[in-house]
Amino acid sequence: MADLTSLTLAEARDQLRAKKISAKDLTDAHLKEMEKARVLNAYVLETPEHAQKMAAASDAKLGRGEGGPLEGIPLGIKDLFATNGVRTTACSKILENFVPQYESTVTSQLWRDGAVMLGKLNNDEFAMGSSNETSALGNVISPWRRKGDDKPLVPGGSSGGSAAAVSANLCLGATGTDTGGSIRQPAAFTGIVGIKPTYGRCSRWGIVAFASSLDQAGPFARTVQDTAILLRSMAGQDPKDSTSADKAVPDYEKAIGRSVKGMKIGIPKEYRVEGMPAEIDEPWDKGREWLKAAGAEIVDISLPHTKYALSAYYIIAPAEASSNLARYDGVRYGLRVPGKDIVDMYQQTRAAGFGKEVRRRIMIGTYVLSAGYYDAYYLRAQKVRTLIKKDFDNAWKQGIDAILTPATPSGAFGIGEKGSGDPVEMYLNDIFTVTVNMAGLPGISVPAGRDRNGLPLGLQLIGKPFGEEDLFALGHVIEQAAGPRMTPEKWWSK
Amino acid sequence: MSVDAATVRRIAHLARIAVADHEIEHLRGEINNMLAFVEQLNEVNVDGVEPTASVEDMKLKMRDDVVSDGNYAKRVLANAPATDDGFFQVPKVVE
Repeated sequence: MADLTSLTLAEARDQLRAKKISAKDLTDAHLKEMEKARVLNAYVLETPEHAQKMAAASDAKLGRGEGGPLEGIPLGIKDLFATNGVRTTACSKILENFVPQYESTVTSQLWRDGAVMLGKLNNDEFAMGSSNETSALGNVISPWRRKGDDKPLVPGGSSGGSAAAVSANLCLGATGTDTGGSIRQPAAFTGIVGIKPTYGRCSRWGIVAFASSLDQAGPFARTVQDTAILLRSMAGQDPKDSTSADKAVPDYEKAIGRSVKGMKIGIPKEYRVEGMPAEIDEPWDKGREWLKAAGAEIVDISLPHTKYALSAYYIIAPAEASSNLARYDGVRYGLRVPGKDIVDMYQQTRAAGFGKEVRRRIMIGTYVLSAGYYDAYYLRAQKVRTLIKKDFDNAWKQGIDAILTPATPSGAFGIGEKGSGDPVEMYLNDIFTVTVNMAGLPGISVPAGRDRNGLPLGLQLIGKPFGEEDLFALGHVIEQAAGPRMTPEKWWSK
Repeated sequence: MSVDAATVRRIAHLARIAVADHEIEHLRGEINNMLAFVEQLNEVNVDGVEPTASVEDMKLKMRDDVVSDGNYAKRVLANAPATDDGFFQVPKVVE
């Protein structure tokens, strides 16, 4: 039998429907691979019994010809999504024993459509990080290695477990969340596809909150088509999230193969940062040529406030985080460390429960919101956010349909290589992705080339609000032109 | 702008996170690094610019003001570190 774990999600779906394969065999094949790949630490919790039960139910439904759009498809779930009765930690010590009594809206829609849960995936603690090194449950080792070098690399972050698992064939797709680049950057680092939809496209209900005005859920998969299939199930209005958009969800898969002729693609000159290595420029230039060859029109544009986005983000995101994470007080759920009175209990609990990066961000957020500093920092950052959003609005007014940029300023780096001295060094990873969250726009990362070490590099396409279909159509063109799918060498199961 | 040790202690207290004395200096350095990094926002002319709190171009929905959920105290308390007779339990607050 051919290797079931190397199928694309679309192939598996079609073969399940045609009864050429069973959900049971497909699930079992993945569970076996997960066991062999434990050294990657992509899964923080494997749920084999759960998966087998769901697969059996899927086989019964498929047998009756009643399968949903994702019937029998094994997925991994970022450990930021609350799963009913299944431990959900946000990879923080403060939630190490948390067992939700409810299901997040996004995951409940995946199960409604027939998907099978394989387990929960590692991430940076509370999604705060760009390398998965802040997880309280250990680093994720990327399935990728530099040519001729077995030094362990990061998969990116914060959705590092999701990216590693999809890239290493440990699931057919995975959920992620993206606050400043947490889907697109790890997708780029691991040679797979990841899309952050428009703010409001997916419900945030039941997702552990980081920065509520920026957080958005989205899918990872190995092809653009597969992410389109997943997003259709994940998206939609939810009465439990008042910021979820009351807009019909299109059949995104239909955008795959759609002509991009005549579409106007903006190339923002501000994304050509000084000292950027040629290996980042190269796929960007190629991407432009590929889209041009497909009939798109390439237009140079300017997004003048780009360089302020990261600074504004590192005020707004910690401010919202400090407010959101106030709930972890040792009273209603999570860790409790006793103290001499109730305030001391809060302080000891939070000191023991939060990791260094989370503590730093809560403290910065507390400071920029505190009396006397609010106007100078937080309010100013919110005004700069307006200007960043206006830059994009101006591009759309000019008739631009989508914007093409590199996804990251470099390929993957080694564990421990970045940010130990100065956290700002790590934050610079998000330089190309963070503007998109600030403006609430959709962005997709598609594999497009390799760096000098043979590691994957991605291109980012940024769309208009609710322009996901454009991104799938354009992303598919890049994917086709870039050549065969990038797969890491399977060093972990030799 | 930069923060001194007393400010770091004040922030830690506001955030309700216990910070040991030997950590203050290190935290002060990290926070000041961040503040230096975001200093560049002062170059931007924001006169007359409205702040953005939400990017969405929509009105928040209203619903009827009625009880629509509840009656499962056990589930609500399921993850609590300490409970008593259907209540969350905390150290004595009022003497």
